[in-house]
Amino acid sequence: MKAAVIVFPASNCDRDLKVALTHSMGREPDMVWHGDSELPDTDLIAIPGGFSYGDYLRAGAMAANSPIMREVVKKAESGTPVLAICNGFQIATETGMLPGALLRNAGQKFVCRDVDLLITSQNERFVGGFEQGEVVRFPVAHHDGNFYADDDKLNELEAEGQVAFRYVTPDGEQTDEANPNGSRNNIAGIYNKVGNVLGLMPHPERLISDELGGTDGKRFFDHLVNSIV
Amino acid sequence: MKARVYISLKNGVLDPQGKAISHSLQGLGFKSVVDVRQGKTIDLDLADMDRDAAEAEVEKMCQQLLANTVIENYTIEMLD
Repeated sequence: MKAAVIVFPASNCDRDLKVALTHSMGREPDMVWHGDSELPDTDLIAIPGGFSYGDYLRAGAMAANSPIMREVVKKAESGTPVLAICNGFQIATETGMLPGALLRNAGQKFVCRDVDLLITSQNERFVGGFEQGEVVRFPVAHHDGNFYADDDKLNELEAEGQVAFRYVTPDGEQTDEANPNGSRNNIAGIYNKVGNVLGLMPHPERLISDELGGTDGKRFFDHLVNSIV
Repeated sequence: MKARVYISLKNGVLDPQGKAISHSLQGLGFKSVVDVRQGKTIDLDLADMDRDAAEAEVEKMCQQLLANTVIENYTIEMLD
């Protein structure tokens, strides 16, 4: 299996993603610079976290218009799986690959901590390694992670099973206290309609060994790689 | 040719910065403040061209980059 990690100026989780993918794939992903206009042959595209272009104008707005993203959008439309984490999620909404937008956190503060997440809908490729209804733990680290969609779009996401992860208590309860950023319906991650693009604010690539505090991220990547192979 | 673009959050979209400003103003004693919404302006200096063509071009800029129409409204003012 081959994977490509897109690297923007001020991406800062690209190397974490590389480590996580390398552990699970047994080979290194291609690191693709944002100014390139062609993608290598790849089975998975990963868009990393960070502060691409310093979050100028809006988080992800500049990166969404970089040359490589035109290719990423084309590949996504032809079915290549895309994993968009944190700033990657913001970029994916800015390109229109995913609906909604990520606003400034409701509490105005940068939030950096582990969160508990409910696996909300079954998508074999991305979360088939977890039970539906299982609570997993990944860290968040963001200032603009407050998921917003208008009422119609939100209802559509819920009805179509496009909500991937929700912020919950360790027991799986959806409460305001468990919501770190004010996201509507406690949404932490969503799929596109077809289900080949996943965007999420939490960072599975940061919890891939017991030394780092947990292995739920490793389970996530191991399954993703197996399901694509 | 100069143009100014005003960008604001749509009604119903939470504006935590506006809320914080509102609280600060009330804390300073400005009791008349009911609500604050924060936006931004972008000034564009354009090559000399037909005014209507320039406005149409700025409209495209707003759609493609300057505003995110999922959450923001924009208005364009042609300045000369």
